Amino acid sequence: MISDSAFWTLTVLLGLGTFLIRFSFLGFLGRRQLPDWMLLHLKYVGVAVFPALVTPLVIWPEATGGEIDPVRIVAAGAAFLVGLRVSVVWSIFAGMGTLYLLQYLAG
Amino acid sequence: MSRGAFWRGYRDGAPFILIVVPYSMLFGVVARDAGLDLLQTMSMSVLVIAGASQFTALALLKDQAPVFVALLAALAVNLRMAMYSAALVPHLGHARLGTRALMAYLMVDQAFAVAVNRYERPPPMTPADKVAYYFGCMMAICPAWYGFTLLGALLGQAVPPELSLDFAVPVCFIALTAPLIRSLPHALAAAVAALASLVFAGLPWSLGLFVAALLAMLAGAQAELALRRRARRRQAA
Repeated sequence: MISDSAFWTLTVLLGLGTFLIRFSFLGFLGRRQLPDWMLLHLKYVGVAVFPALVTPLVIWPEATGGEIDPVRIVAAGAAFLVGLRVSVVWSIFAGMGTLYLLQYLAG
Repeated sequence: MSRGAFWRGYRDGAPFILIVVPYSMLFGVVARDAGLDLLQTMSMSVLVIAGASQFTALALLKDQAPVFVALLAALAVNLRMAMYSAALVPHLGHARLGTRALMAYLMVDQAFAVAVNRYERPPPMTPADKVAYYFGCMMAICPAWYGFTLLGALLGQAVPPELSLDFAVPVCFIALTAPLIRSLPHALAAAVAALASLVFAGLPWSLGLFVAALLAMLAGAQAELALRRRARRRQAA
């Protein structure tokens, strides 16, 4: 059971802290011109964060208790290839579709 | 605000509703299971709008972890958003303070990825259109996040595990990443990020993600500089 005071303290502080993280650069730097070296690195934020977020989830999925599951790795690969070649929507369908198909075939 | 750009943002953000629906419903269900009431569940989703950190905080509170431990762990999960915030400065920094605050509140992974992907492609957008486009993306995602948290909390019934909806989250991020890989340095950065996230997976407080992302940004930037140097040498030769 989660106590009311613990819940509200956590939620309000987490909301505030998360907002400050999101506001940080955009809010405080605003229209200031960023130095070139920083712009150079910031171009890679997306390709740096998302693969780092995803890879452990694919290799050690919580649903299998952290066991490597070849079906998920293949499905992730399918989503990636279709995402590169086709589109976001088809990438999602390809990923989930491959997962369901292989799970079905594996019984 | 340009209407055309807003609706283009809406259209480009819309596919992610597919992912937000099961994910937010799951949060609603898990929150009710943990003993939160409807108001608490919705307050958390509205105040925080960051799924992964909400799951983290809830799991730790349920395990009777001290509040500040749950808070720090959940904030660490959100630290990546400081990088989004910085990366959006060149595109959205011109907006008024109040607008920037609203954009900060709405800054979720999908909106960031969709928006930056569009900003960096031709044809170039005007600063006002960039702002409109950003809000369009969030207009697709945010109401679904609130609405389906509520639905999940009301139904209180978990999605059957056979549907493997846990996998929807990685698939979503894969779909977000693929179009961002536009050059050799981008591909290299993505590869470094993937590898480093496994190497540093053991770090506490989800810091592995942060370390891996920083290394990947360095790798991408250095690769770009190396390619530029080579092009210059060729020109000189």
